[in-house]
Amino acid sequence: MAAAQDQDSNVVLHGVTKRFDEFVAVDDLSLELARGEFFTLLGPSGCGKTTTLRMIAGFERPSEGEIRIEGEDVATLPPHKRPTNTVFQSYALFPHLSVEANVAFGLKRKKVAKDEIAERVATELRRVGLAADANRRPSQLSGGMQQRVALARALVNLPKVLLLDEPLGALDLKLRKGLQVELKRIQREVGITFVYVTHDQEEALTMSDRIAVMNRGRVEQVDVPEEIYARPTTTFVAGFIGVSNLMPATVSGPGKVKLDSGLEVAASTGALAAGEGCAAVVRPEKLRIGLSGETEAAGDGLPRVEGVVESSVYLGTATQIVVNLGGDVRMTVLVPNADEAERQRLPGGGAKVVLSWEPDHMHVVTESVGGDSADPEPALSTNQEG
Amino acid sequence: MRRRIVPYFLLGPGTIWLVLFFVLPLFYMAELSLWSGAVGSFEFSWHWANYSEALELYDSQFVRSFFYAGAATVLSLLLAYPLAYAIAFKAGRWRNVMLFAVIAPFFTTYLIRTIAWETILSDESPVTEVLKAIGLAPSGHVLATSGAVIAGLTYNYLPFMILPLYASLDRIDVRLIEAAKDLYSSATQSFLRVTLPLSAPGIVAGTLLTFIPAVGDYVNAQFLGGVGNRMIGNVIQSLYLSQSDYPSAAALSFVLMVLIMIVVVVYIRFAGSEALMGEEAR
Repeated sequence: MAAAQDQDSNVVLHGVTKRFDEFVAVDDLSLELARGEFFTLLGPSGCGKTTTLRMIAGFERPSEGEIRIEGEDVATLPPHKRPTNTVFQSYALFPHLSVEANVAFGLKRKKVAKDEIAERVATELRRVGLAADANRRPSQLSGGMQQRVALARALVNLPKVLLLDEPLGALDLKLRKGLQVELKRIQREVGITFVYVTHDQEEALTMSDRIAVMNRGRVEQVDVPEEIYARPTTTFVAGFIGVSNLMPATVSGPGKVKLDSGLEVAASTGALAAGEGCAAVVRPEKLRIGLSGETEAAGDGLPRVEGVVESSVYLGTATQIVVNLGGDVRMTVLVPNADEAERQRLPGGGAKVVLSWEPDHMHVVTESVGGDSADPEPALSTNQEG
Repeated sequence: MRRRIVPYFLLGPGTIWLVLFFVLPLFYMAELSLWSGAVGSFEFSWHWANYSEALELYDSQFVRSFFYAGAATVLSLLLAYPLAYAIAFKAGRWRNVMLFAVIAPFFTTYLIRTIAWETILSDESPVTEVLKAIGLAPSGHVLATSGAVIAGLTYNYLPFMILPLYASLDRIDVRLIEAAKDLYSSATQSFLRVTLPLSAPGIVAGTLLTFIPAVGDYVNAQFLGGVGNRMIGNVIQSLYLSQSDYPSAAALSFVLMVLIMIVVVVYIRFAGSEALMGEEAR
């Protein structure tokens, strides 16, 4: 039987490392997933998220460490002996079999009784809305329908863990949004643990119960979406989730950091020692912007930095202003377009401005190992779609 | 207007070529097969007896041809499938080298290679000694046996089996095999349920490309077989070139063509059916 601590843990990875020759794809990874949890591995391509998923599925063997599912060590079991099923990135539907035969494939191998197979397959096809397409071939279906078949083919086996490798990656944006909601609904309905791999931070924030942000084979932070977004702990997480709004700083004492601009502010410094380099994050929508002269007169006592407006872009629901604080430090400010007259007064390019924020909205993050060279593109998508 | 002409321009040269060198000779041969008389005094006379005589006299060579070709096809498939599988899935950076090795024999002519086999299988050769030692040559010699002819056919047509098999195996997405394993299939089950059915087009193409030319082959039987191993190709060749019995040779050719077509049609109907796709297709 499983150890006491495993009672609520469905999947446990302990000290898992995967090396391909010299390359370390996954480095000393430890995770504990609760039963019925929607858990997302989020990170840029090459961060080791898919390798981690493949190790849970059994397609790769960890070089070190152990993987337990429901308390049982599965690290040496081949995929077909594991209580897991996978929804592959490109669906990997069997082209020579009908939709129905695809979904029945796993149950047939498990030698489930014929009547039961027919019943479970029918139920599952109804769940994903494909009851009418049972006799069609995968090639006759649209991408979204193929995705549903892949999901049904995995779910019908009632795995202890369902592994999803960027299942919506090949679909267009509108379809993806619809399927995100549907996937989440199905997950709640069946109560199976989902391990979801994606590089799309928005998808991760929308669907997950918890997110593990991965970078260079390591987990940078594991937390609920709200915390990952509001309180990132490393420069990488701060940069990968949302817009990278980082101000380089140094810990100047317990509970105090000094920004490179000279400003010293109180902040939770955690385990950081005085003199250590770090960065201060303020999310774009939490920053206030004002022309240099005006805000000083306000005397609100908020921490502030000065800069020059580099660009101002109209995004529909909001205006995105990029402010250069000097020394290659750029901060993005997002101002909601609530009032047209107010929007007209926003500072334009070249204007000298002051940025200020509530002390609560600033967080100190540690420098990520190997830098925070996350691809900036996915980080921008949230705001542009708003 | 011009666009509608383009397809005909593309079809033109090939069509003309085939009409001149295939369709016309075929008609000429059909006419020839109904001639009667002897050399010097042939005349067209609807002489259908050429056909009945051909079948009566040479039925054993027909049966032998189909048996040899069938055996060589099965043997080729058994040799080629693992090889093509290894090249497609396991060869890695050696893939091109191995594919080159498969077609390398074509750089030497068919005839020379078959004559080389004659030497290899001759009574005093080391290969024969080994075969004798392990009991595969009970009569004491290998040359001039059906085994030698089948081996020669297998050798000569093996690349035509390997290449289509490789092409169909190479197209299989390895993620499908992973998906099968993910869905509780052992290695054997995932091969039988996924890899094998998906390579069926290659099996059909390879067996046809091997079987059809092998049935009409006469070179292997001539060099590696004895009097008792003559195939229908040898009979046709000898009737046409040595005995100048053109009508009989033409009639035999037509009978062979029709028999091959019947076998192929039956085979394709069977292979194209769901039978080869496994029970799950139902």
